[in-house]
Amino acid sequence: MASPLPELTRLTLATARDGLRKKEFTAVELAEAHLAAIDAANPALNAYLLTTREAAAAMAAESDARIAQGDARPLEGLPIGVKDLFCTKGVRTTACSRILDGFVPDYESTVTRNLWDAGAVMLGKLNMDEFAMGSSNETSCFGPCVSPWRREGDAARLTPGGSSGGSASAVAARLALAATASDTGGSIRQPAAFTGTVGVKPTYGRCSRYGMVAFASSLDQAGPIARTVRDAAIMLGAMCGHDPRDATTVNMKTPDFEKALGKKVKGLRIGIPKEYRVEGMSPEIDALWEQGVAWFKAAGATIKHVSLPHTHAALPAYYIIAPAEASSNLARYDGVRYGLRVNGADIIDMYERTRAEGFGPEVRRRILIGAYVLSAGYYDAYYTKAQRVRSLIKRDFDEAFESVDVILTPTTPTPAFALGEKSASPLEMYLNDIFTVTVNMAGLPGMSVPAGFSANGLPLGLQLIGKPFDEETMLRAGRVIEDAAGPRRAPASWWLDAAPAKAGAAKRARAAKAPAAKPSKGKR
Amino acid sequence: MQIDDALVRSIARLARLKVEEEQVGAVGRELTSIIGWVEQLQSIDTENVPPLTGMASQRMALRPDEVNDGDCAAVIVKNAPLAEDDFFVVPKVLE
Repeated sequence: MASPLPELTRLTLATARDGLRKKEFTAVELAEAHLAAIDAANPALNAYLLTTREAAAAMAAESDARIAQGDARPLEGLPIGVKDLFCTKGVRTTACSRILDGFVPDYESTVTRNLWDAGAVMLGKLNMDEFAMGSSNETSCFGPCVSPWRREGDAARLTPGGSSGGSASAVAARLALAATASDTGGSIRQPAAFTGTVGVKPTYGRCSRYGMVAFASSLDQAGPIARTVRDAAIMLGAMCGHDPRDATTVNMKTPDFEKALGKKVKGLRIGIPKEYRVEGMSPEIDALWEQGVAWFKAAGATIKHVSLPHTHAALPAYYIIAPAEASSNLARYDGVRYGLRVNGADIIDMYERTRAEGFGPEVRRRILIGAYVLSAGYYDAYYTKAQRVRSLIKRDFDEAFESVDVILTPTTPTPAFALGEKSASPLEMYLNDIFTVTVNMAGLPGMSVPAGFSANGLPLGLQLIGKPFDEETMLRAGRVIEDAAGPRRAPASWWLDAAPAKAGAAKRARAAKAPAAKPSKGKR
Repeated sequence: MQIDDALVRSIARLARLKVEEEQVGAVGRELTSIIGWVEQLQSIDTENVPPLTGMASQRMALRPDEVNDGDCAAVIVKNAPLAEDDFFVVPKVLE
């Protein structure tokens, strides 16, 4: 085996695809370059929970054979990472929860199945907040994932955001060409903004939820994190599609998202919602938003002010609806069919002890809130009320989209924060999602595009919100920001300069290299 | 809305989630603060606004009422913490 070529990890998904087809390098070399980069970075970043070396080698070899025969599929030979929320056949899937300790699914999620059928190569499973509940990747039972970005002159470990922190960190650190992610209240877009990557949450119904560990079913949607808008468009196209196994997927042809990027934006109507100028927003973020407006004007788009009057209600309504759905979805973890079991005096005691020990504090908190707002006597006051507010939020967007094509907002109210900085206050953590939850509440497509840097050198993102099933226009607008923001800047590979890995880090790296663990049976 | 100790115990039982007795007070205070925050929704007028119950944009598709999966009991119990033959094993339920 030749030594891995590190420069191959610097390619975009699109240029790697073209290079493979021109036979400038092989899919096996491309996979090996990424696996070597993972080995070097993972002790510091904790992005991968495990790597699937053997599967990657076999898939890459098949891709090389297909390319040799002129039979390449759309993502042939392109190595990607998978958020641990997606069930992968024969490969441990835990959603980063102890309650799914050792769970090895015997089936494949539709989204990952679609990607493998398109020729993509699996590198491994990526860190995330437990059951996707969190905005900093700190609720993972495998420990937090670390951002490859640092503040200038400061070695403090920063969050890559969450819940798709592993996906964002891996893509930003060039440990995958792209990754799958999921977004219930901002879990694709906020990490993308924090790591200078592109994250797309498509319209509800575009991607199948089959085999994706459920959090809040009326809000959950899969999508990609990638390094360019083009790469995100390519990934999205392969992930989407009607699936008879998920009745909420729409039965319509998936557009050619990459092709849509070529269209002009002149005359495009961009909406600016005044309600997104919130108190406590960093002045840098405000300036970035103004910059975005100027870029669209320069590109020939028309700027229109729109009003989304119920914006302030979206976050509290979300924190009723999402926990309510979660408490119902997570009822399945009972210590009987899979994962952890903790014995008790009787069957109810067994359920209660298993769930108390298997779920982390944030998940327990949300289950209790959900059980409360759904309980007799409180259901109408909280749950039905939140659903009525949800109608108003959607109505706001419907009205705004009568006069604009895309809405432009910041993705997050602040740049990335340090690990530990916000984990003491759940409410403060929830405020991270203030600009992103509205999109899930209304079922719309949204994306975050890297747009600039904070004064201390951290990436900042702008959010674009599209009309239902009009990801094409949204992606096209994303290109305007990407082009105007100038050449992509990559984080410095500080993890390569670090002293030899400490014992703990080396141990984590070994664990990450282990193949899919045999299911451990938990306590009996 | 104040979530007192009795209410915490009752919610925890509904959720089948053990809350240790010494944690009941702290959990109650935390839930009270979050519920207090979401209660700002009460000030929004939702008279005559229907609840939005889901996002599905189409009617549920029908399919023939035929078995299209199954005969895989061994696969289903494979991840169980405790299984015997093709059965999940649980603590005794009936005396």
